Amino acid sequence: MKFRFQRKYFSIPYIIFMALFIIVPMFFIAFYAFTDSSGAFSFEAARKFFTDPAKFQVILVSLFIAIQTTLICLVIGYPIAYILAKKEYNHNVVLIMLFIMPMWINFVLRTAATRDILFAIGLTGGSHPYAATLIGMVYNYLPFVILPLYSTMLKLDRSQMEAAADLGASPVQVFFKNTIPQSMPGIISAITMTLMPVMSSYVISDALSEGNITLIGNSIYLSFANSQWNNGSFTALLLLILVLLTMWGTNGRKTEEVRGGLW
Amino acid sequence: MVKKILSKTYIYLVLLLMYLPILVLIAFSFSGVTSIGDTVAEGESWFSTIYWQNLFSDTKIAGEIWTALGNTLIVAVVSAIVATILGTLGAIGAFYSRKKAQKAIEVTTQIPVSNPEIVIALSLVVMFVAIGIEFNFWTLLVGHVILGLPFVYLSVRPKLQQMDPHLYEAALDLGATPRQGLFKVIIPEIMPGILSGFLLSITLSLDDFIVTAFTRGAGLLSGDKTIETLSTLIQSKLKKGPIPPEMRPLTLIIFLAVLAVAIGVTVYKNKQANAVRVRKGRANV
Repeated sequence: MKFRFQRKYFSIPYIIFMALFIIVPMFFIAFYAFTDSSGAFSFEAARKFFTDPAKFQVILVSLFIAIQTTLICLVIGYPIAYILAKKEYNHNVVLIMLFIMPMWINFVLRTAATRDILFAIGLTGGSHPYAATLIGMVYNYLPFVILPLYSTMLKLDRSQMEAAADLGASPVQVFFKNTIPQSMPGIISAITMTLMPVMSSYVISDALSEGNITLIGNSIYLSFANSQWNNGSFTALLLLILVLLTMWGTNGRKTEEVRGGLW
Repeated sequence: MVKKILSKTYIYLVLLLMYLPILVLIAFSFSGVTSIGDTVAEGESWFSTIYWQNLFSDTKIAGEIWTALGNTLIVAVVSAIVATILGTLGAIGAFYSRKKAQKAIEVTTQIPVSNPEIVIALSLVVMFVAIGIEFNFWTLLVGHVILGLPFVYLSVRPKLQQMDPHLYEAALDLGATPRQGLFKVIIPEIMPGILSGFLLSITLSLDDFIVTAFTRGAGLLSGDKTIETLSTLIQSKLKKGPIPPEMRPLTLIIFLAVLAVAIGVTVYKNKQANAVRVRKGRANV
């Protein structure tokens, strides 16, 4: 049989690349998570993870900061997205751009600038590690929350809200029973843009708390820096499983394209 | 009216707070004080261009900064080009594949999008260590290609779906070879998607710290030493205290460059959107 080129073969390099550098490394993580330093099968890394009280604290602090950051960003960002998307208040595209532009400035540089400012007003990592880290996180993730919310708000059916008001709903009722449910795709995207990235971040917590706060990301980084591949892999494997479960859970749910909206 | 004023005030207040750290840093690039918030001694001038001079002269820190900036740009451009080519071909191929194969490619693409960067980085490193690959420019490049690749795919895919499927067939019927069909019909049609995928890859690479820190080795402008990008350089300085004051002028340069690109892209996109509206007979200027 003669070989005939088909258009679907174009994806072969992509498939090979993704398989080699995304799929295969996941198996290496799983392998290292359940072996010891000599390569023999072992639950040592798992045992260490679940019995170490310090690890438990890391998870707790990560969850706390992540949830707080997400909530604060939503509370600040939701009205902004709403106002920006409302024609009578704003038809200035440059203003929208200004809210997204921080994403394009190197985030380590922005974190450094934030730390300098916090330092100048006495909020140092040594004296207030938690507050400094939280502020740094909100600074960094606010644009990532505003963008998906804004995309959702553009599609809001405002006549529905007016109808609800005409039928006697109070502004508060309209907001909670109509506006929020309508903007759910954007809210879900905003949450996925902050929750996991905050828990797994390294630079922001390390720089702003001056090493006093350890998030899951910092703990993986430390395992990497000390070449403790097995411990690091086990923590990473847990995050990976969490991600795959979320992917499976949100499969088919309506969400807002986030990164793509950047350009 | 009151509502409108309140909304505007809120918007500009948040905007001001968002940009405050960067703006203060930029303002202090024109000062000689060593750390932000320091006061100058009686009779001395706050204003000074010493750090601008340092950045553009033969100081050690200036050398480090320019090397890091050069490395950052090289890695970003090269990785974005590779990611754009692979991702575009991947999206085209998947679009013409059977449903099942397409679904498998889509799910695989989604994994690095949702996966935390640190897990991507660690898994790559663990694999490289396990099979004994030495870290250098190429391992770093692979890491950065992975960052942008799924987003190129995701930017190109909707353009393929919007494309008129008969165009390609018409071209073949009129005597074009499949190769000509690809380059003269499909690629021009999906160009906006390819472009935004490319820009996205560049930004993700410029902004990256974790993947760089994990997968880098010696090479590029750093020669025999470990590659430093802007992110890793600033981070290593942050470890020891406030960042060097020579970073302040650089911040202004980066800020202006980003602002220029951002305004350019916004104006371009707006013009395009208006052009579409005009074509559809719904111009509102």
